[in-house]
This record gives sequence, C-alpha cells and structure tokens, in this order.
Amino acid sequence: MSAGHRLAPPAAIARHTLLLLTGALVMVPFVWMVSLSLKPPGEIFRTSFSLLPEEWHAIENYTKALTEVPLPRYMLNGVIISAAILVLQILVCAPAAYALAKLDFRGRDALFGLVLIGLLIPHQVLALPLFILGYNLDILNTYAALIFPFVVSPFGIFLFRQFFKSIPDDVVHAARLDGLSELAIVWKIMVPMAMPAVIAFSIFSVVSHWNDLFWPLIAVRSESLMPPPLGIMAFKNEEAGNDYGPLMAASTLVVLPLIVVFLAAQKWFVEGLGKGSVK
Amino acid sequence: MSGVSFQNVQKSFGPVSVLRDVSLDIADGEFLTLLGPSGCGKSTLLRILAGLEAQDSGSVSIGGRGVDGVRPKRRDIAMVFQSYALYPHMTVAQNMALPLRMRRLSPWQRLPVFGRLLPGTKRAGGEIAAEVERTAKALGIGHLLERKPGQLSGGQRQRVAVGRAMVRHPAVFLMDEPLSNLDAKLRVQMRTEIKELHKRLGVTFIYVTHDQAEAMTLSDRVAVMLDGELLQVAPPQEIYADPSERRVAEFIGSPKINMLDGVVRERGLIDVAGSTLAVDIDRDQGAEVTLGIRPEAFHVADRSGPGALTGAVRFVEHMGSDLFVHLDMPGVAEPVIARLLAERAPQISAGQTLHLGVRPNRALAFTREGARIRPRVQWTPAAGATVTHLREYVQ
Repeated sequence: MSAGHRLAPPAAIARHTLLLLTGALVMVPFVWMVSLSLKPPGEIFRTSFSLLPEEWHAIENYTKALTEVPLPRYMLNGVIISAAILVLQILVCAPAAYALAKLDFRGRDALFGLVLIGLLIPHQVLALPLFILGYNLDILNTYAALIFPFVVSPFGIFLFRQFFKSIPDDVVHAARLDGLSELAIVWKIMVPMAMPAVIAFSIFSVVSHWNDLFWPLIAVRSESLMPPPLGIMAFKNEEAGNDYGPLMAASTLVVLPLIVVFLAAQKWFVEGLGKGSVK
Repeated sequence: MSGVSFQNVQKSFGPVSVLRDVSLDIADGEFLTLLGPSGCGKSTLLRILAGLEAQDSGSVSIGGRGVDGVRPKRRDIAMVFQSYALYPHMTVAQNMALPLRMRRLSPWQRLPVFGRLLPGTKRAGGEIAAEVERTAKALGIGHLLERKPGQLSGGQRQRVAVGRAMVRHPAVFLMDEPLSNLDAKLRVQMRTEIKELHKRLGVTFIYVTHDQAEAMTLSDRVAVMLDGELLQVAPPQEIYADPSERRVAEFIGSPKINMLDGVVRERGLIDVAGSTLAVDIDRDQGAEVTLGIRPEAFHVADRSGPGALTGAVRFVEHMGSDLFVHLDMPGVAEPVIARLLAERAPQISAGQTLHLGVRPNRALAFTREGARIRPRVQWTPAAGATVTHLREYVQ
C-alpha cells in the first residue's frame, strides 16, 4: 500500500482479488497469443482447452514467422520509423512548448487554443488530405510518407507545455543571466528537467507508431517499407488464414521489443519522478 | 565596478501599476537594500535592472552605460534568486561552471563530445574547473561539487547559488530575498556571510527583502518601497530615526511605532492623549498633527503632568532585558506600546496606571495626511546610541 497504511485482511484480500482479476482480464489475449504460438495447427482448433501444447511446435512456428515473410525487415522498419518520428517530434515539440509556456507574446493563448483543437482531431479524419499532400509532395511509398504526418504532435506540445509551466520562471531567468540563448535554455535546461515528461511521451509515441496500422496501410505499398503490424497483415493474407501458429509467433515477436523497452523505461520513469525538485 | 542608476522607471502589468516613476542612484560598491512588503514592486525593479523584464518607460544604466534593450547576459550582473534557481539535473560543479562555459567557450567547444577535440577546449575547461573549485572552497562547499542540488540542504543550495553568481566576477550583484527560505538561525549566519562577501568583493550589491532586520544590518543605504513608490532612500539609522513620512515610520521598527493624534495648543506644545508634550515644530495653534513615538522612546515618569503621558496598563510582555508594556490611553484607539528596560522599570502589572515621559526629540510629528513635519532644530543622525538601538529593535 503506497500510502503506508495497512488494510484489514478481508479488505486487503478483496482488493487484491479485484486487482488480480482485472489484471488477468487484460493479460488473457497476450497469454492466449503466446500459447497459440507454441502449438501445432491441429491443436489450435481443438475444442478442448489447454494453455500448454501437448506437442511443442514452437521452433517450427517461430522459424516460419522469421523466414516465410521478412519479419526482421518489418521490425527494422518499425525501429526506423518510430525513432525518426520520436526524434523529430521532440525537436519540434520542445521549443514550441517552451514558447507557449515561458515566453510572452501576442497571440500565445490563441496558438495554444489551436494546439488543444489539434488534440481533438482524430488522425483518421486527416488521412485523406494527408494522402493527397503526400501524393503532391511525391513522397508516397517512402519512409518520409510514414513519418511526416506525425512530426508535429499536439499531444507532445501540450504535455511538454504543461510540464515546462511547472518549472519556476526563476530557473529560466537564471539561465538567461548565465548567458544561455533561448534555444540553449530549451535543450540544456528545460528538456533535461522535464525528463519524466519526455520519457512518458516517448513511450506513448513509440508504442502508438510501432503499432500503427492505419496510416502505413494508406501510405506504403512496397513490402520493404512496411512496419510490423502491416507486415503481419501481409503474412495473414499470404497464408490464407488457417496457419495461426506462425502468425501468433510473429505477433509475439512484434510485441516483445515494446514490452522490453517499456519495462526498461518504466524504471527510468519512476526514478525521474522521484528526484527532488529545485527547492 | 559600476554604479547603477534608475531614471523615472515606470512599469505596469495590465491595469496594475507596479512601479511609479522610480528614480534611484546607487554608488559603485554600495550595498543598497530595497525594502518593502511583498507586492511593492521591489523584485520587479530588480528584474528590470537584470533585463529579465522591460520597463514601460524610463531608463536604466549600469556603470554610466545605458542598458535599455541590452540582453541580460550582456549587462555584467549576477543574481541570486529566492528559490536559488539551481539546475537540478546538473551537479554543483556544473551549475557553477555554466556561466563561465557560456562566456569563455565557443558554441562549437561546448558541444558534448566533439567540443573536447577542439583546440583550446581542454585548457579553458581546466581553468574553469579551477575557478569553480576556488570559489566553492571560499564558500565552504568544496566538498559538495559532485553532488546534485537535490542532495543539498537549504543553506548549501544558497551557497551554491551565491557561488554561481560570484564565479564570473560581475560588476553588480543582485539578490532577491536570498535568505527567506532558510530557517531563522541560518538566516542570521548567512546575513553575516553576505556582509563579508560584499566587503571582500567590493562590488555593488542590490539586495531585495521584506525583512527589516536584514535591511538594517546589511545595508549602506535602505530604499523603502511601498505600492511601487520609493518613499525614502537613506542609511538605516536615518530611515529609523528620521523617517520622511508616516508610512516609512510605520513600516520600520518592531513593535510598530505608536501613532497618537494630537492638536497644537501653542507653538511647540501639542495636546495629545489627555496630556501635553513639547514638540518643536513650526505649526500654529489648532493645527491637527499625528505624533509618532517609538516604543523605546518612552521612559517611566514619576507623576502625570506636562511632558508625560498617562495610561492604564493592559498587559506586560517580559522579553528578558526589556518589558513591552501595552497601555490604553484616553483618546487613543490602539493600545500604546512602551519598551522599558526591565531593571529601570518598577514592578508593573496589568490594571495599574503608568506615567510615561518621552525622550527629548524622539516624538516624530506628521500631518494627518502622513507627511513628516520636521523639527525646527534639525535632528542629526549622529546621536550615537540610535544605531545599536535600532539594530536591536528591528530583530
């Protein structure tokens, strides 16, 4: 119990049961996916239920997943796209958020209002205009097509702006007196101080773009550019639907890096939040 | 080394006027304190001097050079903030080195890895590290250089903030309530250290505070500010003993100065609180005045009569060497407080009637509007006892 008080045993048991049940509910599809990825085709469609396969088929499934389709290629694409999007997003969002949080200029609040409106618009609404824009720029079916719609992230600007606002003005003043330019203040003072927000945003950004299916489906055709979810879809089509073992193995491989990264970052995240503030 | 000059500086935030026509000259090497309650505009004035805020009108110069529109880093000033404003993600050494790195290294040399390969970076970096260490040692924080601000106590952070300001030898040193986040004991200690620092560096210090004890003990001159106006700029003893107006008299001194409304009976005599006091002012019969009498200006008198005030004791506070006696006097709304030496005062208890004389020239006269009426024979601040007195009294 984080608050440091102990619950009476019945209450504790009830609470933990509830938490475990909810946790299990969320976990079921993942467990099911991993379980299926270990089974031979015959067992997958059997009516009886078992978590572990009678006959282990893991090696076959995973080999097939890695060799039938260029899964490593998809994953490399995923890394390239997610990393490029994240880096560009931070490059754009941090200075924009700094301006909205700490600089005083005419029209600032109106601009921030536009950012909030940007938050409300679902990506899907913009798909067609973005597609036409990509066509006119002649970048469809390239990495650039997969990256450009996400470079300016209203959510990132909003999140950073809120965090920067919580940093005392005196820190900015001190930095100015110390001789830092406004951009140097952003990169040397604000962003390092906002590390928890940067990490939270990074998790959010990487997860959503690694898993994105909708936009890549529109923007690219060539297999060598496909990010993992699109690749898995291609897989499914080729295999005509009944070879679930390798499909699940591929899905497991695709989710795995996210889980690893998330666990690693989570530790960082907690550490970042725990550090003392200025005073 | 340079003095500072404000000429008719005005500033308002929206409809709120924060600074009204402030003009002030500060001499080279002077320790000047801006004293006033919170919200009086003293911090804004400091920020305008630092270039962190722009004035609406008027001009500011440092060392005879106009600095209006000059960026903060080009003004050759350093500032210590109330919140210290240290960079929490950098070590103490990095915090203190930053102003030097920004000034002495080129942008290329400051690049994380690449910069180290450039010619001259290593030498300049070494010099900076040496200077940081020297400054840190002088402030007694040499052993903390590798710590981060989060791992330091309030007093240590304060020293780091001073060190970061000191390390680049600014011409003017600004301090914005630097001690208000410290506990009382540490505050007194740091006060002494700041005074010594000023002596050692010999540069202009401008110090902002709402704490009169700090203002009185540290400053060469105190500038009292209220509602965006500079009320009086004078040495501490003069501010205390010869205030220019009622608001200054009431702001300085603790317990607060007693304000008694009176009427001139005849030249040099004022009817007040059912008695008559001799106050040498140039006002005609019937003029309405207010007398300000500091608590320690009273002494016990044997009997009532001209020159003595009479009141009923409400209660007595024993402060060790002194007694604070609260009295009700006829025609005075608020209780009058007298500070009497414990050994000289007879046993005083609540309910008793007490006669109090006023030391000569210690009753300050004001008009009802609050302007000071100076005595005909000008008071001189040389009256030796006052300085020690007031230092003691404002604690």
